[in-house]
Amino acid sequence: MTTTNLSTPPRKILYCRCAYAKVVPEDVKDDVLRELCASGQPFETVSDLCEMSAAGDSRLDTIARESAENGLRIAACFPRAVRWLFHAADSPLPEGEAVEILNMRERSATEVADGLLHRKREEVQEVEAD
Amino acid sequence: MVLADNIPFQVVFYDGDGSDSITAENRFAILSRLLDKGYAVLRAAAGGNAAPAAVDAGRILVLGAFPDGAPALDDAAGETAIESLDISALDTDGVVDAVENFRDGRAMNQPGQWKPWFPVIDFDRCTNCMQCLSFCLFDVYGVDAENTIQVQNNDNCKTNCPACSRVCPEVAIMFPKYAGGPINGELVSETDLEREKMKVDISSLLGGDIYSRLRERSEVAKSRFSKERSADKALDERKKCLIKLQGEGMIPAEVLADLPSPEEIARRAEEAAQKARAALASRGGD
Repeated sequence: MTTTNLSTPPRKILYCRCAYAKVVPEDVKDDVLRELCASGQPFETVSDLCEMSAAGDSRLDTIARESAENGLRIAACFPRAVRWLFHAADSPLPEGEAVEILNMRERSATEVADGLLHRKREEVQEVEAD
Repeated sequence: MVLADNIPFQVVFYDGDGSDSITAENRFAILSRLLDKGYAVLRAAAGGNAAPAAVDAGRILVLGAFPDGAPALDDAAGETAIESLDISALDTDGVVDAVENFRDGRAMNQPGQWKPWFPVIDFDRCTNCMQCLSFCLFDVYGVDAENTIQVQNNDNCKTNCPACSRVCPEVAIMFPKYAGGPINGELVSETDLEREKMKVDISSLLGGDIYSRLRERSEVAKSRFSKERSADKALDERKKCLIKLQGEGMIPAEVLADLPSPEEIARRAEEAAQKARAALASRGGD
């Protein structure tokens, strides 16, 4: 299996650990973080977006504003929940394709990591030498 | 309960120019431990390109394997205090301890202390009917200056109670930490919508106005109490009423145990209903 980085400009990556509740499978959270750590790409991590929204954390506003310019890929939970968590903290995410939210509650670690790192996997047929 | 409204500092994990590379597995071990302790960590990658950072914390701690010792770093704008820490000789526990020592007891929300449980409104679905405001007994909801429903008192929300989401006719209320959909934020299906609309008439729960029914039970309980002088029987009567609510899956047991008296329930319900009516009237019946 090979991975190919796709050619569009890199977007900022945000990973939510969902550390305050056990609603995201632990193995998925860990495997996605491992892939990010192995990737060589810069990324930002937060302990829990729900906690940040509850606390009215000003960093949500910074993240939302920057995403309008630079794009953003978020590994978290259901996109509907994530968007309205930002909204609840007076930090709405931009509409449209600038922000992509990858759901670690439902998707595999591989799918989420590939989405964050904007790469696709191809099966390589190995040809045995005669 | 939210203890702090921001983190005391931002951690940056740096393995770019001027630092030795850290293995991916070590990187993962350190990041996962710090995240599970409540810290936010920015990973600045090799080549010196850091991701745009949210540095609102005012203080930054840079972790890295610096062969010549931790560098002295300054913010050119003079707004952010930056300190660096050489982690070359530290294992994962050592790094985490060093970060905790750097925090030096400053207040910070941490996992395990509380659960961020509060309603999150999907305003693409919300019709501002105010049913949630009328229903909630804990003053979680209010209205903004435009008389639009809003969650005003997160801390009042009873952990693990999703009752208000079940009385929303548009399935607009989410609790992202809830296990099942659509309350957890899953997309709402037509089936979900039809099921929730059937629950709109909450008065059908007890065959009448729920709060009036509670008042009646209170009166009956009082009368019985005066004749029998048994506080236990009065409490038992209330408990039976509330067990029915619990059986409907509306409210967790621990929340039921914390509910106020029927009289207080009625008073709060009327106050909430008045607030809702006033808000709707001000908006001119949008």
